[in-house]
Amino acid sequence: MKINKKIAVSESGFVFDSSTGDSFSVNPIGIEIIEMIRDNKNEDEIKRELLDKYDVSVPVLEKSLSEFIGSLRNAKILED
Amino acid sequence: MSKNKITIAATGLNNTDNPGPGIPFIRGVRESKEFDVRIVGLAYENLEPGIYMHELINKTYQIPYPSSGSDVLIRRIEYINSLENIDVLVPNFDAELYTFMKSSDKLKEMGINTFLPTLEQFEERHKSVLPEFGKKYDIKVPGSRAIFSEREIPEIINEYKYPLLVKGKYYEAYVAYTSEQVSIFMNRIAAKWGLPIIIQEFVRGTEVNVVALGDGNGNTIGAVPMRKQYITDKGKAWAGITLDDSKLLDITNKIISNTKWRGGMELEMIKTEDGEYYLIEINPRLPAWVYLSVGAGQNLPEALVKLALGERVEPMTEYKKGTLFIRYSYDLICDISEFEKLTLNGEL
Repeated sequence: MKINKKIAVSESGFVFDSSTGDSFSVNPIGIEIIEMIRDNKNEDEIKRELLDKYDVSVPVLEKSLSEFIGSLRNAKILED
Repeated sequence: MSKNKITIAATGLNNTDNPGPGIPFIRGVRESKEFDVRIVGLAYENLEPGIYMHELINKTYQIPYPSSGSDVLIRRIEYINSLENIDVLVPNFDAELYTFMKSSDKLKEMGINTFLPTLEQFEERHKSVLPEFGKKYDIKVPGSRAIFSEREIPEIINEYKYPLLVKGKYYEAYVAYTSEQVSIFMNRIAAKWGLPIIIQEFVRGTEVNVVALGDGNGNTIGAVPMRKQYITDKGKAWAGITLDDSKLLDITNKIISNTKWRGGMELEMIKTEDGEYYLIEINPRLPAWVYLSVGAGQNLPEALVKLALGERVEPMTEYKKGTLFIRYSYDLICDISEFEKLTLNGEL
């Protein structure tokens, strides 16, 4: 997984794709996940880190993470 | 450094919901660090808002429509020039460009400089001959045909699939889903802009535009890509944002380099889901959103004036990506005496 090079993410969670002009907003956990992808972490590593940090069940996390990554792909924030 | 005093005449003062490029062009040259400009507005209609924007325009003169003939128009310009001593004239309407291009030598004799495309450049980028343009310069364009009669519609429908774009030779475009709609839009546009009507294949994707300036020797002096963020029911951008799109800029440079484009231009392109670019139109002048280029760091209006004056202009390659423009409407309050002056004397 790679974040599109043209994507800028502000501290407030505003995501801007300068190649298309599209913009999105993500919550603080969304920013964390995008940063982890930028640090070349795979889905399993991200999952483990979030499970350690937050009080969440594995099924709920897996579903939410998979949906979020799907949204990033649809929005072309993720390149692959 | 003291600024060079010059007088610039410009048309396109119709800052309406279908705006001309005059006012944004004037805002650009007013922000010039090199020129101290006196602006002479040239208006066709007496309710063009720019006429009454006295902070931007020093004096406005009414001019006759190009359809009255170039001699009448040039005589009027001659009169205006005898009072104003115009250094540079910038026409901003597609429909008047031909007349001004044809008269550029006469204007030069009067001491008026222009910086317009050549007649060949102007003709070969017409919507009606876009497929030939695409072939000649190796640029992808959607299939299109220019038609002069409703009888040609069935033939086109066999050639292309619905939806189709029905376009006027200068302005207006509608998406048609049936032959009845093609016919209705054709008649509507023909009544306003004449024939031919262009029927163009509909390419699905996102419309992206570029404002650019060519120096006439194949060099791009500046170029800024933009995507419309909010579109009016007339298809005009009411908000837009500058893009970081190197492929789009490469296509722009290729067009300017191969055609040796002279003057301002607007490229209208469709970017498909697969990242392919199709050229759908070249407007042979700066567009109404040109002030976005100024806001993003490229003062293309100022550069155009410098080129018209024969000055050397270094190409501008940087601009701020993610710069937005948002239009707004604003009520100017005018005394009836202003309207009266313009209507009776043709000057304000």
